[in-house]
Amino acid sequence: MFLFLGLMTTKLSKKVAGTLGTIGLGACLVIGYTAALTYFASGSLEPIKVLDTVWIDFSQIAEGFSINLGIYLDPISAMMLIVVTTISFLVHLYSNGYMDDAHLIKYGHEAEGGVKHGFQRYFAFLSLFTFSMLGLVLATNIFQMYIFWELVGVSSYLLIGFYYTDPAAIHASKKAFITTRFADLGFLIGILILSYYTQTFDFDTLINGSSSAISTMQGTSFLGCSVLCWAMTCIFIGGAGKSAMFPLHIWLPDAMEGPTPVSALIHAATMVVAGVYLVARLFPLYLIAEGSLIVITVVGAFTAFYAAAIACAQTDIKRILAFSTISQIAFMITSLGVARPEYHEGVGYMASMFHLFTHAMFKACLFLVAGAVIYRVHSNESGKMGGLHKYMPIASIACLVGCLAISGIFPFAGFFSKDEILVAAYANNTLWGLWMSMVAGMTAFYMFRLYYLVFWWDKPDYEAHGHHAPKEAPMVMTLPLIILSVATCVIGFLPFSDYITYNHEPLHAGHDWTVIISSTVIALIGIGLATVLYFKKNDKPAKMANAARGLWTAANKRFYMDELYMFITHNIIFQTICRPIAWFDRAIIDGTMNMFANITNAASYAIRKFQSGSIQSYVWIYLVGALAIAVVSMLCLI
Amino acid sequence: MIWSNILIYFVIVPLLVLGGLAFSKSMKAIRTVVVTGATALMVLAAYLVIEFLQIRAAGVTDEMVLTGSWVWYAPFNIHLALGVDGISVVMIVLSAFIVFAGVFASWKIDPLPKQYFLWFFLLSTGVFGFFISIDLFTMFMFYEVALIPMYLLIGVWGSGNKNYSAMKLTLMLMGGSAFLMLGLIGIYFHSSANVNELTMNIVEIAQNNAIPHSWQMWLFPAVFVGFGVLGAMFPFHTWSPDGHASAPTAVSMLHAGVLMKLGGYGCFRIAIYLMPFAAHELGWIFLILTGVSVVYGAFSACVQSDLKYINAYSSVSHCGLVLFAILMYNTTAMTGAIMQMLSHGLMTALFFALIGMIYGRTHTRDIRKMGGLMQIMPYLGVCYVIAGMASLGLPGLSGFVSEMTIFIGSFQNSDTFHRVFTIVACSSIVVTAVYILRVVGKLLYGKVQDPHHLELTDAVWHERFATIVLIAAVAAIGCFPNFFESIIKDTFTPGGIYDGILATIGQPLPWM
Repeated sequence: MFLFLGLMTTKLSKKVAGTLGTIGLGACLVIGYTAALTYFASGSLEPIKVLDTVWIDFSQIAEGFSINLGIYLDPISAMMLIVVTTISFLVHLYSNGYMDDAHLIKYGHEAEGGVKHGFQRYFAFLSLFTFSMLGLVLATNIFQMYIFWELVGVSSYLLIGFYYTDPAAIHASKKAFITTRFADLGFLIGILILSYYTQTFDFDTLINGSSSAISTMQGTSFLGCSVLCWAMTCIFIGGAGKSAMFPLHIWLPDAMEGPTPVSALIHAATMVVAGVYLVARLFPLYLIAEGSLIVITVVGAFTAFYAAAIACAQTDIKRILAFSTISQIAFMITSLGVARPEYHEGVGYMASMFHLFTHAMFKACLFLVAGAVIYRVHSNESGKMGGLHKYMPIASIACLVGCLAISGIFPFAGFFSKDEILVAAYANNTLWGLWMSMVAGMTAFYMFRLYYLVFWWDKPDYEAHGHHAPKEAPMVMTLPLIILSVATCVIGFLPFSDYITYNHEPLHAGHDWTVIISSTVIALIGIGLATVLYFKKNDKPAKMANAARGLWTAANKRFYMDELYMFITHNIIFQTICRPIAWFDRAIIDGTMNMFANITNAASYAIRKFQSGSIQSYVWIYLVGALAIAVVSMLCLI
Repeated sequence: MIWSNILIYFVIVPLLVLGGLAFSKSMKAIRTVVVTGATALMVLAAYLVIEFLQIRAAGVTDEMVLTGSWVWYAPFNIHLALGVDGISVVMIVLSAFIVFAGVFASWKIDPLPKQYFLWFFLLSTGVFGFFISIDLFTMFMFYEVALIPMYLLIGVWGSGNKNYSAMKLTLMLMGGSAFLMLGLIGIYFHSSANVNELTMNIVEIAQNNAIPHSWQMWLFPAVFVGFGVLGAMFPFHTWSPDGHASAPTAVSMLHAGVLMKLGGYGCFRIAIYLMPFAAHELGWIFLILTGVSVVYGAFSACVQSDLKYINAYSSVSHCGLVLFAILMYNTTAMTGAIMQMLSHGLMTALFFALIGMIYGRTHTRDIRKMGGLMQIMPYLGVCYVIAGMASLGLPGLSGFVSEMTIFIGSFQNSDTFHRVFTIVACSSIVVTAVYILRVVGKLLYGKVQDPHHLELTDAVWHERFATIVLIAAVAAIGCFPNFFESIIKDTFTPGGIYDGILATIGQPLPWM
């Protein structure tokens, strides 16, 4: 049944019509739900492995060492199955409306030869992505995960560069691919180290069956850390690349050049959480390698703050959402980092997965709202929006729901998951708890800043530039918004802690009222601050920005990380590695070869004289030679 | 009887094509002859695979199957000795594919189509002859047969600075041959402990294992460098960028696709197979050189602006990986190396075919002068992206499979020296992505740079056919790697001669 699911999507990627794609995904959705719900309802949470076939066999190295392709179902993959199929289906549905007009907006005015056949190409890529993502979450072994990991990377590359005549899109797609590729190198090295010691790629064996190999890895030390620790950190680098953790986050904001539904699907709900999923998948190994868990916590916590700070100072609405995504994923990562079995039975693990689930819903919702707004306003800049609540009431409400959820207000989904994360963070170390609470407050602030700037603030003159006044998006676009908003309101009550835990045992932790109350208060403060500053047009924000000009500019320019990278890649790698190598090749190595040729040439010219054809010179040389030999033999005789 | 051996027909068919070409008058006749010849080779190759699998299924475990030996020159024991194992079989299949696609890629060759195809098929005679021989002398002879036509093919039908390139390529490869000749003669005179039983047959030499260690120590470098020149090993690779840049499309395809594989195959089959002791002692020097090749080629490719130069440097990097993996001395890495030869052959042939098609339309290969070609020729654009993805190792295409096999195999060497070099080689996957995406971004995406390009047309049927054949092969390897790997691995079946060789050379050196 699951193979059928995968096959069908590949097949669809060849058929090229939006409706067909949507119907296909609808079928996937049904199958995915059936599978996941059957699994959860079955009562037993033991992993199921089906259709595990050998793809490349390495039995010459060790018995049973091979790369397999198959389907692996356990609580987290079943949950991901639901997330991926739901969001993907809704995005397919939504795209039917969005893409129709989208290239007209962006490329309608350009010369002929603009993007042709865009609609079919778009759906083909989208289906390819869904197929790869499903392959990733259902992977039975770490190498299969790596295979699909690369495939989602490529589909993301293709979709970001969808508007391929736009230099910004090309640049962004290239940047996304290369940055994640660099991270994947870490992932690959991690896999190599891990598989060398354990002689397997299989998750089951890695986690349960090879404790002796794992302890060998723990015992072997390399540069001050255990090999296991190195391997797991390397693997985390791969995850950090995909999940846009600092300092590998630079690709995600630029990836917003892609069509907005793509941003919702790939760069908010599914692909970017692959890193979190990876860490969760190998969590038992991470628990043994505690050093790498600390790395994860630090990276996650820093990124959460860093991205939130930038999000406060952006004006492009998709960029704000992008940084908010980075920040929220960092929450999940941190939550995994702080999870330990001894603290509330490893609540962090469950919280992270829960947040992944809820975040996928409300962030997709927010992105789709942004898409609807962009669809009508024809701009990404929040400066060109405002007062839209009158024109687009449904979008406005959906956005409000999303913002409340991400801020963590009862009873919206984010409240439940974010609280669990904070509980886990406080349990590990109060410092982490305080830090994360602060970031949660910032989240509430920038999200409501976004909401007010788009839907309230001041109404610009929409009709001035010959455009029509914005109105509600078509039904195919609003329907997904409504579904996601409703989902955001209710999924918080799902009994997550019964099903998704690191050891498959239901969790018994109760609610921690201090955390609940304090976090709600912090969120309300954030919201209040945003309301004061951005509800109606006023000059307070501008004044504040002026007062802290340096900080504002730095945050607006994303703390100059992109410039730093540009400097490193262009000035250091290109100028001081590639060019000298190319020069060295032409001048030194090739020069040497040419020198041999020239010497040979010169030598032949030099000795050409001897073949002059004149008898006198031959006799002359003959005499000299004979004399020389005579002298030499005389000398020898003496 | 010699005619009953299927292998000999791989040489006979191209020779028949030569004969047929001599009598063909019109372009149509020429095309009929070459297409028939290339198809016959494909059919033969397919038949060979089936036959080979049947023989192995029947439980024959000899080193080489389908062997046959006929005395050619008795005083030096030169035989026409034929035989194949899994590695030769896949190499023959590869050559058949590339010759087939190459014929279609040079459909409209101009001027002198007859002479062009004459040299083209003479070259393929050499290539097939090399892969089916197991006699040192005949191998060397076919090797030379494959090299010489290259000079004329580039010199006459090439472009740009073709005389310089053709001369450079031929002389550098001839220089390599000189080393090789020396090495082969040296091997012959020590091929057996008994002076009266000297032999040129590879399998016999390997079984005798009589070459004194002191001799191995200098014969091995001679042979390895001799073949390494053809395998574009750093620092003997500079013929490759110039040669490829000037060569006509199908010649680049055949050269990068098959001829460079002769180098890797030779290193494996002669240098390491016959001289395991020296391979063990000296391997690390070449490992450093090939490791440098991998990274060096990739970095060089990043700043080139000529499409063919980019690809030539990319070939240096990928072929470096082949030799690199062979020198890792374990079954997995060596299997990966052969896979990489296969994969690189098909993928580069595809690349060069596409570059030729693009060049034929735009008359420039400078990526700075082109742009937005995806809008103008979507078919070629999509093919180029697929070729690029294969090159940077996208799962589902051939590059990924071979690279991963190599990396996993290489990592089984537990000493730090090999580990460090493996990781260095791994890093080439990132650099490869950089240059491939740079080209794709500049060439295919973006705005059209030259308004004249807007009038250009997309691929025509024979071009489509050539590319589809290659893409299908690349995807087949990428999706069903186990089939190909099992044929290759057959060579290393436990209990065979490789056990002894790997046992000798697989040991870490004392200082590692």
